[in-house]
Amino acid sequence: MATVEAVAASQASASTRIAEDVSQWTLMRWRFARNRLSLFGLVVLVLLYVVAAIAPFLAPYPYNAIDTEYIHTPPTPVRFLNGQLSICPLTQFMRDFQWEYTEDCDRAVPIEFMVKGHPYTIFGVPFETHLFGVTQLPPPRTTPVKKTEAKANDPLAAFMGSSGESTTADATQPPRVFLLGSDIQGRDMLSRILEGSRISLTIGLVGVALSVVLGAILGTASGYLGGLFDDLVQRFIEIIQSMPTLPLWAAIAAALPPTMPVPQRYFLITIILSFVSWTGLARQVRGKVMGYSSLDYIAAARLAGCSHLRIILTHMLPNASSHIIVVSTLAVPSAILGETALSFLGLGMLPPAVSWGVLLRDAQQIQSVLLHPWLLIPALPIIITVTCYQFLGDGLRDAADPYSG
Amino acid sequence: MITFLIRRLLFMVVTVVFISMISFVLIELPPGSALDAKLQQFRSRGLNVTSDVVKSLEERYGINDPIYTKYWKWISRAVYGDFGQSFYLDQPVSSLIGSRIWFSIGMSTAALLFAWLVAIPVGVYSATHRNSLPDYLITVMQFLGVAIPEFLLAIVLMFIASWYFGVEVGVLYSKAYRDAPWGVGKLLDLLSHLWLPVVVIGTHSTAWLTRVMRANLLDVMGAQYVQTARSKGLGERVVVWKHAVRNALHPLVMALGATLPALISGEVIVSIVLNLPTTGPLYVQALINKDMYLAITFLLFLSILLVVGNLLADLALAWLDPRVRLE
Repeated sequence: MATVEAVAASQASASTRIAEDVSQWTLMRWRFARNRLSLFGLVVLVLLYVVAAIAPFLAPYPYNAIDTEYIHTPPTPVRFLNGQLSICPLTQFMRDFQWEYTEDCDRAVPIEFMVKGHPYTIFGVPFETHLFGVTQLPPPRTTPVKKTEAKANDPLAAFMGSSGESTTADATQPPRVFLLGSDIQGRDMLSRILEGSRISLTIGLVGVALSVVLGAILGTASGYLGGLFDDLVQRFIEIIQSMPTLPLWAAIAAALPPTMPVPQRYFLITIILSFVSWTGLARQVRGKVMGYSSLDYIAAARLAGCSHLRIILTHMLPNASSHIIVVSTLAVPSAILGETALSFLGLGMLPPAVSWGVLLRDAQQIQSVLLHPWLLIPALPIIITVTCYQFLGDGLRDAADPYSG
Repeated sequence: MITFLIRRLLFMVVTVVFISMISFVLIELPPGSALDAKLQQFRSRGLNVTSDVVKSLEERYGINDPIYTKYWKWISRAVYGDFGQSFYLDQPVSSLIGSRIWFSIGMSTAALLFAWLVAIPVGVYSATHRNSLPDYLITVMQFLGVAIPEFLLAIVLMFIASWYFGVEVGVLYSKAYRDAPWGVGKLLDLLSHLWLPVVVIGTHSTAWLTRVMRANLLDVMGAQYVQTARSKGLGERVVVWKHAVRNALHPLVMALGATLPALISGEVIVSIVLNLPTTGPLYVQALINKDMYLAITFLLFLSILLVVGNLLADLALAWLDPRVRLE
């Protein structure tokens, strides 16, 4: 509450100073800070991007490390044993054609923090330290692996290879900790979600950035020049907007050859995403520019002998900038959802690249999800990100016009 | 009204022509064609495909024609309902699309109705009980409804339906009715399987329309004529439903233009997840297999669906609000 009062106080003193020396941007900042939901959205988003930047440090394993001894393991329970956070080694069974796991908590190993693991680089700087990991070997087995009674008497058991026998050899390497479970190739979901955040969080942002450039240029030109050019651009926008978004994206994305290297594909997908989203922005900017061009200060600038370019760059765009920021913030969530949907359909990012949409592809089969519900976890960061962008966009929209209400 | 209608219809035809060109270029332009896949199929069957055969096949299908010739060949037949042949499925495109597009239209319309039926009362409630606990809950639900991708909602609802209720999902008919002739029982069975996809497709729009409805009604409730209505002693129910809501509705009709693309996109992706026999699965399959005529025709029809929907929305708006006609 204290912050609210402080803001209210600054607001009260502000109203006496408004006419004097407070800039429009300061007013916007104050207005924005009053909206706690959008402030919350901003904080969470900043955290998410920090996490994406240091993803390999937080990830205990390389995102593409395959381990057939840990296929579809459920999230590893973390226990408090022997006075420290520990995990229990798993034993792998085949039962009814499904891998199952039993815990052996007599041989628990502790989770350590700031451990040395696989090497990685962040912004080109090499590191080996990871936030957490398991490096100790479990003590050797004292009792033989228990056979389940029912299975031992089951005549089908031997036939189906489910004799209850362990396929896990006595440990030669430390047991693995999968906080969010593992996928069909025994890859750590947590590490994959962290790695996927790098593509999923940035691809929409870059796509919208491209469409801002395109939309601002075409929108201003269209609104300022008017005439035939305006007509052509507007009709073109109408035609693009009268095609359903996802099928249109899918049609363009299907043209990308599947063998394309990851960075190239990433870049082309941002272009595809911006191909549709620039239209809305261009419309909005055009409206703003048309509104400004009838105002006195533009006429004054023209009389003073300013060139068209100067009028657009120094008089119109700065005025429209807050508006552009708001519209583009509101466009990011749909671009992020777009990438996710495309990747989910197998038309966006493709393995070996990892994005949240690519990860959710594994959850496409309902049978698989019923058996391994943790495959749905990558959905959570998508929902959080999109919701936070909405909160942020809403707050920015209110703040963009600080003189109202 | 008549001139308005004629002008809008003419504009629609021009739009559709341009859309057909853009669809054609987008799908036709990338290298590789379904013929390559077809040749592969022939070779795997042990047929000897000589370069002469390839050449004559290419000639027959006009693979090496310039794009405008191809477009003209296709569009001049398409006008008569012949949309070409699906390379991959060896069937005429029109027979593949026919039933599926109606299914898509039906699903999208049902989802739209669902969205309106839920969004209007919920939006009104949320606006008239502003800042109450239910209003906050509704607001949070709105944000989530917009944030959850449709395919995810489809998976989660399927998960819940089969995990907790043991409902058979991903099929249209129960086993008993699968091969049964049409009848009331079969229709009811079909409907009992369709509510889930309709809810999933409509959720996004419902959330968004509720938000629009709430904001509109809040604007209108502050208007002077609402004050007048109150001060002459009308009951709150009459003030809200008869005076305020009616005037808050037409931005909702305007929002139709923005809702339709979401519904159609949603329908495509949801039917892929739920494996429904609508346009979605076949369209994506056609794109992946480079079955170009099938893909182009789908894209064209989905666009026409949108354009016609927009036209209907415009007409409804012009009918509701005479000011629109004067534009």
